[in-house]
Amino acid sequence: MSALAPERTLGQPWQTGPGRRSSPIGWRWGDRLALAGAWVAGIGLCVIAAAIVLYMGYRGIEYLRPQLIFSRPAVGTSQSETGGFLDPILGTALLTLIGIVLAVPLAVSSALWICEYGRPSWLARIVESSIEIVAGTPDIVIALFGLAIFQLRLFAPFSFTASGGGVFGRSFIAAGAMMSLIALPPLFATTRDGLQAVPTHMREAAFALGKTRIATIRRVLLPSVRSNIATGVTLGVSRIIGDTAIVVLLLGESLRLESQGSAPVAGLLRGTGSTLTSYVYDNSPAGEGAAPQKAYAAAFVLLALVLCLNLLVDRIGRSQAHATGLRTPAAIL
Amino acid sequence: MLRRLRSPWSERRAELTLGAVALSVGAVVVAMLVFVAVHAWPILEHNGISWLGGAGNLEAQIATMQATGRGAPASAYKLDAWPFIYGTLLTAAAAVVLALFVSVLSSIFIVELAPSRVRRIAIPVIRVLASVPSVIYGLIGVLVLVPFVGNHLITGAQKASVQNVVELTGAGLLVAVVILTVMITPIMVALICEAFVSVPNSWREGAIALGLNPLRAMLSVTVRAARPAIVAAVVLATARALGEAVMISMVSGSRTFVPKPIDGAIFVFEPLRTLASAIIDFHEGIGAPALSSTLYALALVLLFSAAVLSVAGYLIKLPLRRYQVRG
Repeated sequence: MSALAPERTLGQPWQTGPGRRSSPIGWRWGDRLALAGAWVAGIGLCVIAAAIVLYMGYRGIEYLRPQLIFSRPAVGTSQSETGGFLDPILGTALLTLIGIVLAVPLAVSSALWICEYGRPSWLARIVESSIEIVAGTPDIVIALFGLAIFQLRLFAPFSFTASGGGVFGRSFIAAGAMMSLIALPPLFATTRDGLQAVPTHMREAAFALGKTRIATIRRVLLPSVRSNIATGVTLGVSRIIGDTAIVVLLLGESLRLESQGSAPVAGLLRGTGSTLTSYVYDNSPAGEGAAPQKAYAAAFVLLALVLCLNLLVDRIGRSQAHATGLRTPAAIL
Repeated sequence: MLRRLRSPWSERRAELTLGAVALSVGAVVVAMLVFVAVHAWPILEHNGISWLGGAGNLEAQIATMQATGRGAPASAYKLDAWPFIYGTLLTAAAAVVLALFVSVLSSIFIVELAPSRVRRIAIPVIRVLASVPSVIYGLIGVLVLVPFVGNHLITGAQKASVQNVVELTGAGLLVAVVILTVMITPIMVALICEAFVSVPNSWREGAIALGLNPLRAMLSVTVRAARPAIVAAVVLATARALGEAVMISMVSGSRTFVPKPIDGAIFVFEPLRTLASAIIDFHEGIGAPALSSTLYALALVLLFSAAVLSVAGYLIKLPLRRYQVRG
């Protein structure tokens, strides 16, 4: 080989092809295979995503009728009698509201405490790793945990008590409380990242003006991470909307919104209901309903909601990058 | 009350309040462990550690639990949950291995190969894949993929050969693994892409200057440097795959069955149940104390493995933080 070496003149690519890059024609077979694999995998993923969206869109347009959205579900023997899914849509909205209202203070104050105080540091590490654990816990386990908690006698006011004295443990409050755990990790992560991205000199300037730490948080830090919190809320909402296991176990899966007791709002919160996800699940062949047309229609609405939220996350991220002049790192999720 | 909130907080009160709220998250995790363990205790007490084994007939045991109801005798608490654990390990391992290849290759595609116009489309499109709810994956699986596999991939002879043991409808291991792979790949792609981008460009350029072709440079320098991120992605994806309940319950045939590799090609079509899908499948019988305790025991296994994986992921991500990669 050394005899051949002088023949390679400097400044000339020794591989074939005049281009700046070497052409794959001269590569080893393994490399060519990997190159083909990378193209196939990348394009393939996009094709799968597009296929899912287009297929659901096609089915949705085929089966979705306005009266499905605006009529309440009913018990019936044939598909034409079982009504639409107004109640599941309202259930989704209510559940999301409860979950986010509970999750935002929890996540934001955890992030604030960890980033701004965080003393003692071992305690901060415990909090951070417990949020990691919550993030890694399957929703089905969180649902069972919620059932165990809300069936305690202590929490009887949050659901209804059966005639035998057993606490039912399934209600909007129970499901919403567990949903807040689902929304907590993304909310916490976005808020923490936002706080960490606020430059130190902003805090120092506030301290120099005689502000206390908490005043700095309220007047300087919270306003500057507002868009991060908004991103987190959107991510949390899309996780709550898409979750099925908690709804199936903790919302009682009643067809309509069933209030418990006579109090107008409290009764609704104590009552049972269903959401779009559990409606899809129940009407698929896996559930008892076996009404695929309605499952497709509800799934289409669900997917449209999730895609809108996706766009919203994009929008917030872009306007934030525009406002701060910072490019977010290649964040895909 | 509101006035007191509005008035300036003292430093100490603010720190204590925020700290207390933050600590309540830790308390929730502890409560979760305690509650699930307490509810699982009757099963653990009755079976010892042997309930993880596969000696008995699981389907019959669960039927007994459902049948005996409230006043379940001690004998109803017998449980051998190995088929569920095996199903979980099988689906999760297969999906993670598949997703590892797909995600590393497609991350190379996104970061290195794709023209910038394609890249600008590919990133949001893959993000869509990550945000599709699992019930929609399940719906597509049960209404599109399962009939397709049942009608076109499984031959009549294959169905006939096992008709006395199990009915092959198409719902089973293959569909579950394929959809699970699609579900976890975007998570891994996100983490791996971020790590690829954060590897200094000069490293790869140096390798190209030494005569490697761009792809080989990518494989031997960038992928190698991003190994911790790849491991972290695998850990995260495993956690997701282990806990997937609704989708698996919809497409895996919902039969307590152990797919055996000995069966040859039929193996991939055989139905199964995982820990999480068993909880969904049997949740209506949770009034029966024996069954309820069983479900909590299954949840305890999931919770334990999720906690282990979280801690592992946290430890793996620690060195990554030095390179400013946030996971």
